[in-house]
Amino acid sequence: MDPYFFNPQYLDALEKAGPFRALACFQCRKCTNGCPLTFAMDLMPDEVIRLVVLGEGERVLRSRTLWVCSSCGTCSTRCPNEVRIAELMDHLKETALKEGVPCPEPEVLLLHQSFLKQIKKRGRVFETFLLPSYTLRSGLWRKSWKEGTWLRELILGVKMAQKGRLSWRPHRTADRAGIERAFSERDKGPSQSKGPSL
Amino acid sequence: MEWEKRKCSYYPGCSLQGTAKDYARSIGLVLDALGIEAVEIPDWNCCGATAAHSIAPKTAVTLAGRNLLSASALPYKELLVPCPLCFNRLKAALFALHGENKGRYDLTLPEGIPQIFDLADFLAQGEFLDRITQGVRHPLKGLEVVCYYGCMAVRPPEVTGAREVEDPQSMDRIVSALGGRPIPWPYKTDCCGASHALARRDLEEELVQKILHKALRSGAKAIVVSCQMCQANLDMYPLRAYKDPAKARALPVLYFTELIGLALGLKGIEQGLKQHFVDPRPLLRELGLLP
Repeated sequence: MDPYFFNPQYLDALEKAGPFRALACFQCRKCTNGCPLTFAMDLMPDEVIRLVVLGEGERVLRSRTLWVCSSCGTCSTRCPNEVRIAELMDHLKETALKEGVPCPEPEVLLLHQSFLKQIKKRGRVFETFLLPSYTLRSGLWRKSWKEGTWLRELILGVKMAQKGRLSWRPHRTADRAGIERAFSERDKGPSQSKGPSL
Repeated sequence: MEWEKRKCSYYPGCSLQGTAKDYARSIGLVLDALGIEAVEIPDWNCCGATAAHSIAPKTAVTLAGRNLLSASALPYKELLVPCPLCFNRLKAALFALHGENKGRYDLTLPEGIPQIFDLADFLAQGEFLDRITQGVRHPLKGLEVVCYYGCMAVRPPEVTGAREVEDPQSMDRIVSALGGRPIPWPYKTDCCGASHALARRDLEEELVQKILHKALRSGAKAIVVSCQMCQANLDMYPLRAYKDPAKARALPVLYFTELIGLALGLKGIEQGLKQHFVDPRPLLRELGLLP
């Protein structure tokens, strides 16, 4: 990699997909200093921005950082230059999926997907189905079986039910067409420009 | 006390029909007591939550936008949203659909979208804060708490419209009005890990532990929240922290609406307290706030 390589087209496409202002970053690292999840990240938030500016999109799209980010928005809020980092992270996640980049946090991705599937099906989320079905499908149940923590997981579920914190009846949105329409947006991509491609 | 009735639109969100039924019940009791009639917006759908904006940002805007469209069918000027994540997603949709890139979306918002309020913020406003103050029958004397706001009610301020981003005050004002003592502390808006509670529990536990630890160090006897996701994460932590039981510190985690209900002496508020994992009733009895 040539460290001085600069790809204005990449950045241009990215900023059009935005509004993000990666180029406005002056590396003050307020985003990284305020981020609660840096301990689990392989690239610091300021490094994500820098790499994007340098045209090193691929390294960013492969990073764990995108998926362990909890979207708390502290970075965007404290950024003095309105880079809109959290929104940029979302865009990069979407791009990584479109480009077929393997996700380093498959459990996180599966949670998002299972959640969206529920919305697509009912218009609303039915937690009583989502929680156990996700735990089984993600392999997290098997993991807790191996680690011997499955009983605690089971007790947790039973306690939730005992405490009356689970609903036994799914709720639905009647307007199916409206929900479908929201999901058909996904495949069209931004109408003004296509996101950056690798 | 009888107040002049005020009608507002209301968006409950999915959790309040499920894992946060206790929150929903206390909100119903409190709004009723304060003379607010909350009218659910017709045929609402999920706001999209973290999942939608993470992997399908356009869908996130149109899903939440559809709710704004439904809300515009009602004649009320205010839309009350108790869940901060729903509040945030609805505000973000409004921001996108009114912003410079609105042409990207198939959805066009009509005139007459009501003003979107975070419920805690709405009730901490002049008129309703007065009603709360005047309605107090059992002041929460001796109740020292930290108010924990989480991320979504405040960030980012250009979307949420929050004026106090790093040190929000709405719940603190309400607790003071109820006769309790809100303790100033630095972790009001630190992230609880949210949905990582399912996918990456190790990360969520790390964050929750920090918050609980700081709350204890601040001298709080309970944590007051307005977000059911924060409530669940903080409240269930002691049950889940099986790897290191020594780390499992317990503090009752109460919804601000439950405190209003207690102070106003509303019947039926106790019911929801039983649904918490860390039982707040011993503390409340000790302070003479529950029989």
